[in-house]
Amino acid sequence: MPSFPPEIWVPIRLTIELATITTLSLLIVATPLAWWLARSRAWFKEAAAAIVSLPMVLPPTVLGFYLLIALGPDGPGGAIAGLWGARTLAFTFTGLVIGSIISSMPFVVQPIRNAFAAIGDRPLEVAATLRASPRRAFWTVALPLASPGLLTGAVLGFAHTVGEFGVILMIGGNIPGRTRVMSTAIFDFVETMRWREANILAGGMVAFAFAVILSMILLEKRFARARA
Amino acid sequence: MNQDETIQATFKGSLGKFSLDAGFTAPAKGVTALFGPSGCGKTTVLRCIAGLQRLADGLCVVGGDVWQDRNGAFLPTYQRPLGYVFQEASLFPHLSVRRNLMFGAPRRDGDAGRGRIAFDEVVELLGVTALLNRSPAKLSGGERQRVAIGRALLSQPKLLLMDEPLSALDRATKDEIMPFLERLRDRLALPIVYITHSIAEVERLADHIVLMEKGRVIGAGPLEDLQSDPALPLAVARDAAVSLDGVIEARDDRYGLLTLSVRGGSLTVPAAPAAVGEHRRIRVIAGDVSLAREPPGLSSILNVLPARIVSMKPVDGNEIVVVVALGVDGAGARLLSRLTRKSWELLGLAEGLGVHAQVKAVALAPGRGDFG
Repeated sequence: MPSFPPEIWVPIRLTIELATITTLSLLIVATPLAWWLARSRAWFKEAAAAIVSLPMVLPPTVLGFYLLIALGPDGPGGAIAGLWGARTLAFTFTGLVIGSIISSMPFVVQPIRNAFAAIGDRPLEVAATLRASPRRAFWTVALPLASPGLLTGAVLGFAHTVGEFGVILMIGGNIPGRTRVMSTAIFDFVETMRWREANILAGGMVAFAFAVILSMILLEKRFARARA
Repeated sequence: MNQDETIQATFKGSLGKFSLDAGFTAPAKGVTALFGPSGCGKTTVLRCIAGLQRLADGLCVVGGDVWQDRNGAFLPTYQRPLGYVFQEASLFPHLSVRRNLMFGAPRRDGDAGRGRIAFDEVVELLGVTALLNRSPAKLSGGERQRVAIGRALLSQPKLLLMDEPLSALDRATKDEIMPFLERLRDRLALPIVYITHSIAEVERLADHIVLMEKGRVIGAGPLEDLQSDPALPLAVARDAAVSLDGVIEARDDRYGLLTLSVRGGSLTVPAAPAAVGEHRRIRVIAGDVSLAREPPGLSSILNVLPARIVSMKPVDGNEIVVVVALGVDGAGARLLSRLTRKSWELLGLAEGLGVHAQVKAVALAPGRGDFG
């Protein structure tokens, strides 16, 4: 393996950090949200689902634009940054995490919601007739039964975060060592005609995407076999 | 009946287009069958008892414990000491058979010590010892349903609710499970409310029956009483029969016969040898009982019992269902007899008249003591 300059390693490290933190945060946020979307009978449920899905349809520049305003000095992001004496969350790694969480949310919520919905009422009714409180039924029945959906959601969320470009460029500013991730680094290398570096990163992304999709297919097959 | 010894359930309200107005009181012991055609609301009643469905106008008191009342008290399902067996076994696919069985078992040792139903006992009773480490996906339909029953029992319920546990199974598997249900009834002092639309299951299992039709209860009481009530659909059905509880009073191994005493008489039945004093459930079909004014002379019919006509009801134009009570005084168990109108008139039969009931065939339901 050739030794790469920090210009290449640092964006790779940052990307992995960003995607890992984003995915973990998403699992914590998206799982209860998906549970509510799958089980609630509230009339505004589908409106909430549509809002969660918006980032899937919006141009990344539009999402990025609003996020930039929200994270900036005059938005709520600025207020939060004020807590530790900073002026803004835009162009920071924390800002990238927040933006990634929002833009990758639908890719995590949707499979988990589908998995919860596919369980149906019966296993939870059975659990209730066996003295399981709603909390215990969630942890010991709903969550394990939905685990393929959680896994799919985590993989998709991770992969989508790694691949995000427009939003990141808008709110991150492509600052080396702080907010320059793989996707923006490729853009930068291409702009400066550094084809070799662009090729290394782009090739790495292709290999990564292939590995993600293949492992998902194989995992799904294994789950299907185990439950057959 | 003392409230501590009954199951009291009354539910009224509508669910979508369906309106339910059903109430009954049954003894908190033995098997109570909820019987009626598909769509009559049996499952809804059972779900209401379990608290899986909530109708505001409902009352549910089991063995003195209030699970729901009309003042808004409503115990959530997981706080009701019940077991529920669904039509489909509904085992947890992510857990082994053993962990399915243990899912509802009290987790603290103290509770397990007081538990009335022990793990080993259930596993043995239901014949699932060899399956414990398997995944539910690798079980047959009958095995799954047995595990589901065991799982419900191990949660130490005070009431077992069963929603047509046999209906999703084929003939052979039904025959495989039925003996387990009978063992259950006979060995555990656990009241069971059992939904079925099969009269054969009622005749084999039930002690008490609640008849339902279109969301309403049209009759409730001991099985014998409802079977012989001509006002209810059971007695006038083509295959009407009564189920009687008999005690073996003599055996004749030379001819392979048992003589069982029932209230007001005794019946001789071809059957496998069994000990005197054991209980057996007997089924007598209305079409197998004929009536005579005089005791017949020599006849191939073994069972001729003096009885008294209680009532009659014409069915299907030219046929009549007659209810007779055994014994010269007519104080014993009731039988049904299906006659033609011509015979009724030729013999000059009338209500209150003493007759001789000739029973052509008596079937013995496999029952108490046959297994285990």
